[in-house]
This record gives sequence, C-alpha cells and structure tokens, in this order.
Amino acid sequence: MRNGVLSRASARLPRFAAPLLASLLFLHPQTAVAIAPEVAPPPSPQIPAATLFTAKDRPGDSGGAVLLTWKDPPGLGPDARLEIRRAEPPSFEWTPLQLVKPGEERYVDESAKDGSVYRYEIRVVPQGATAQPDSLAAAPATGPPLVTEPVTSHDDWFRVDRTNSLIASILFLIILLASISVAKSGKHIFIRRIAGLNAVDEAIGRATEIGKKVMYIPGIQSMDEIQTIASIAILGHVARSTARYGTDLDVPNKDPLTFVSAREAVRGAYLAEGRPDLYREEMVNYVTYDQFAYTAAVSARMVRERPAAIFLIGYFFAESLILAEMGQSTGAIQIAGQADPTQLPFFIATCDYTLIGEELYAASAYLSREPVLLGSTRAQDIAKGILIVLGLLGIVVTSLGLSWFPDLFKTK
Amino acid sequence: MNLEFGRVTLFVLFMLIPIVGIALGVRAPALRSRLPLLVAFFAGTIPILAMYIPKNFLSGPQGMSSRLDQWLIIVAGFALLLGIVNVIQNGMRKVSRRESGWPFSVVLLTGLFVTGALGIYGAVSHQGIGFLPDGRSTPFKWIQDSMFLPLQATIFSLLAFFMASAAFRAFRARNLEATILLIAGGLVMAGRVPLLDLLAAPFPALHASAAAGTQTLGKLTEWIMDTPNGAAQSGIIIGAALGAASMAIRVILGIERGYLGLGGGE
Repeated sequence: MRNGVLSRASARLPRFAAPLLASLLFLHPQTAVAIAPEVAPPPSPQIPAATLFTAKDRPGDSGGAVLLTWKDPPGLGPDARLEIRRAEPPSFEWTPLQLVKPGEERYVDESAKDGSVYRYEIRVVPQGATAQPDSLAAAPATGPPLVTEPVTSHDDWFRVDRTNSLIASILFLIILLASISVAKSGKHIFIRRIAGLNAVDEAIGRATEIGKKVMYIPGIQSMDEIQTIASIAILGHVARSTARYGTDLDVPNKDPLTFVSAREAVRGAYLAEGRPDLYREEMVNYVTYDQFAYTAAVSARMVRERPAAIFLIGYFFAESLILAEMGQSTGAIQIAGQADPTQLPFFIATCDYTLIGEELYAASAYLSREPVLLGSTRAQDIAKGILIVLGLLGIVVTSLGLSWFPDLFKTK
Repeated sequence: MNLEFGRVTLFVLFMLIPIVGIALGVRAPALRSRLPLLVAFFAGTIPILAMYIPKNFLSGPQGMSSRLDQWLIIVAGFALLLGIVNVIQNGMRKVSRRESGWPFSVVLLTGLFVTGALGIYGAVSHQGIGFLPDGRSTPFKWIQDSMFLPLQATIFSLLAFFMASAAFRAFRARNLEATILLIAGGLVMAGRVPLLDLLAAPFPALHASAAAGTQTLGKLTEWIMDTPNGAAQSGIIIGAALGAASMAIRVILGIERGYLGLGGGE
C-alpha cells in the first residue's frame, strides 16, 4: 500500500509544490514523488481501494505502450468502475485515461510517448460514475487513489511472445541446411511422383506436335507473394522446355513487377538453352492492372489463339474459374497450381492436373532435379513428419486434460 | 537531414552496395549476376528480423521493414511504366503488321490514349478525375462509370455460369471418389438454401417437418464444412506453409534463383 500512502501524503502538499515536484520527477524519475491531483473528489473511507497497482513498459513491443496491472478489491459490484488517470509532463496534472470494468485487472496505455515519464493512478468509482477532477462539488465519492512509481515506455530487443515461433524457425532452418548438406553429399533423395509435374513435358510436347503455343499465366499477384516467386521459378523450367522444342510461349501478366521478373526468367531460360534467337520480347507481355479486364483479355486470347497447353500457376482469386473454364472449352491441356485452398476446388474441377499446396513449392526442385533443391524438399517432409507427431501428441495430451500443451504453439 | 539508424542502413544496403557492385561488375560479370542475390538476401532478412526484434528502427511505423513495403509500391510504379510501354509496343506492332486480331489492338490503344489523356488533363487543369464544379462527372469518370464498370461486372457475372458448368463436370459419378463428392456437394447445396421449405410451401401440413428437416440439413452442412472439409484444408495449409517457408529460405540464401532468370539452383 506504499503507493496509496504516497498519494495521500502528496495530496496534502500546497499547490505551489506541484511544479517543483514536477521538475524533480522529470529529472529523477526513480525518486520522484507523485503529483497530487489539483482538484479531486474526496476519497470515501467506505469505498475499497485496488491493490498491487504497478506500471511497467509493455515487454517485447516497439514502444509507445505502458502496461498497468492491479488487483481488484474484494466485493466490488458489477456496476462499479476503476478509473485510471495519468500524470504526464510538462504539467504533471492528472488527466482521466480510462474507466475499466471490474475483473479486467490489466490495461495497456497505448498513448504513451517513448522517453516521457508518467505516473498512473487508479481508484474505484462506484456505480459507474466518472470522477470529474474539475467539478469537485458535483463529483461522486471515490475510493482512495493508488499511484504507481514513475515509468517510461521504450522499444525492446526481443518479442518474448514469439519465442516459440523463433525456436520453430531455427529448428526448421537447421533441418533444411542439414538436408541440403546430405543432398550435396550425393545421397539419393526420394521424392514421390507428382502427376501434375510429370505432365509438364507432356503438355509442351503436345503443343509442339500440334504447332500451337503454350500459355503460362503466373497468377495476378505481385512478387511479394511467395506463390508468385514459385510460379516464376516453374516458368523458367517451362521456358527452357519451349526453347528446347522450339515451341511458342505466351506469358500474359497482370502485375508489373511479376511482368519484369517473368521476362527475366524467360530470357534467361532461352539463353541457358542456347536458343536466344527464338526469344521474342512479346512472349512475355503486359496486359492490364485490373483483375477482370485482365481476365477478359486473357480469355479472349485463349479463344482466338487456341493454345495447346495452358499453365495456371500462382495466386488467383475470382478469375481462376473463368480462366480455367475458358481454357477447358478450347480443349487445351491445363495444369494449374495454387497453395491457397480457396481456389483449388475450381482448378480441380476444370483442369487436367492440379498442383495442390506444397506441390507448388516442390515443383522447382522436382523439375530441375538439382540436389540442393531436392534437399530442401526433403526438409519439408521431415518438418511435416514432426508436425504430424506433435499433432498426435497434442490429441493425446489435450484428451488427458493438460491444456498447457496447445498454448505452447500459440503465437501472437 | 534525418540520419536515423534504420534509414542510413537501408541506404547502405540498397543504394551503396548495389552501386558499388554494379561498378565492380563492369569488369566481373559473375559479380554482377550475384548482386541481385545479395539484394534479395537483405530484402528477405529484414522483415524476418522485424518479426522478432521490436526495435523502432527495424519494425516501427517508420522502421526498415515498413519502409521496404513503401519502396515496393515505388518500384511497382516504375515497373507499371514498363508495362504500359510494353502494351503500346505490342499493340503498335500488331496494327502495323496487320497481325491476327489487329482491330482489337486499335480499340485497346484508342482506349489507353483517350482515357490516359483525359486523366492527365484532369490533373493538369486541377479539375481532378471525379466531378466537375457543377456536380457533373468528368469525362474520365464518365468513361469509368458508363463503360469500364459495366464491362467489369459483365466479366464477373460469367462466374455464375462457369460455376454451374464446372459443378456439372465435377459431380458426374464416374468412380467412388466422384460419387462421394456428388453426395457431399448435394448435401451442402441443399443445406445452404431453404429447399425443403420451398418444396413444402404448397402443403401446410408439412411446414413443421420441412422446417425441422432444413435445420437438420443445415447442421449436417456445417459438420461437412467444419470437420472433413476443415481437416483437409488444414492439411493443405500446413503443407503449403512449410513449402512457403522452405521456398523463402531458398530465395534468401540464393539457392532458388529461377525468379531472377539465373537458373534453378546451384
């Protein structure tokens, strides 16, 4: 109850002491004394006070927040409120901050400025009435105030609530690097057969035989979407095949950054295959930034030019079904791929082959057969095995009533 | 000049190092090809560090991670210019060579130049691209409201028809899996609409039974969506998340380089 005593003592100080104490508080925050409210409703001896009221910088944040905790007094009615007030520089006058319901026992002041010294006060206001410091006569009686030590907010070096995520990331990184190291040593790595990826050469071969073009649609998202990056990597392999067979390729783009990246990938593929003469700038072309204008343009191109093979690999939204159905109506062999499950049913219903979820990310390794990339795919499988074991363990442990186990995996 | 740590670090990582790299790469092409990998490493590492280090210079509103997001918009703006140039080049080529479908390119280029000119005029004349002082729409807005939006809605509305045709193909009971899909799909569709209520509407004696049946179908639909469907979706999401993490690490470490046109990996 030291804080409450301090507050009641300072309340008896004369008014001219406030500025002096304010300057002391600012210069020596650890030893300063709380500034009493200039005008405050009288504390009633019948109304109980909160206890263990503390203020500290909210741990693991970017600053600008002070965490307040306390214990409610026993027997507090549901209509009662706890009023939190703050004294801040330069005037160090108490200003109302928040009315809190009983039972919360926690409040985060997100209006704090880093480096400023604050003190906080809490008191019980019965029946939900607000204490008005500027109208003493009309103000209802409140409980005795409790004041915290001076506190400042600051940014921290580690987000403690993400420790589990950090540990999982480091473990996954170790597994990944170990798997790549094993792959580099020449050990055979088995990857199950993925029908959609085996069909890539078949689709391009068919286009070559018919003498029609291959159309590759890399989704409508930008390069900040990991599925688009995976799609552009697959585009590189498709372009190498079209360069090898001398098949025409058409890559219409919706996002400008994806367009630039796709152009580099295709140009690099034709150079790598030693067929720069077959590469034309218009192979990778920009259409428009609007979703449905893009859909209309690409659909019309499908109908007019009748590509023999269509790849729909990347991140798609509502246009997925329109494009896939249009491609299906032209009789093209279609291979789709998306990691997000929302559009997958449409692709499965309309395309010949669909890369589901992780298969999209494994495609680059599967097609290139590079040991380093295969190693990373192996790491995915190991991590998935660990997750399955943890999931089964979670079912058992939670069934036994141990609720702390799921909490270990919660992140913020 | 504001020389805060995050801003200076970004300047060094994404301005000085690339410029020095390009200068050195004039004589060493191998170094030049590795420069984008270095930039990708920094650009990939900073947001990951910001996940765990809440320091203001890194993850604050004006921190390095937030600034990188802002830079993406600026870079995309320049890339959009490249895209527009590409559209004009391709359209001009088709028209001049009278390639197949060249009249469509005429329509495209006319739309591009007219709309672009009206937009630029609105900006230069301080009229804006919304409304005139007398409340009427500007020509730019008229084109958008009267031509562009209806066309956009037309394309979107095609979805309803395509959904029906895709469902018809998917629900053909060719084998056991397709039959299960057909039954589950039928139940979910029936549970999402008041089908029984509609069928029982002419028969007042059946209203109560139809209401109970609709409620049961609704619960069954929820169970199908939450339990078997939810479990399958969770499996896909977990696998995809691991794949995405693996892909991200490969990109950051420069193992995956296909997106730069540098080949699959090394």
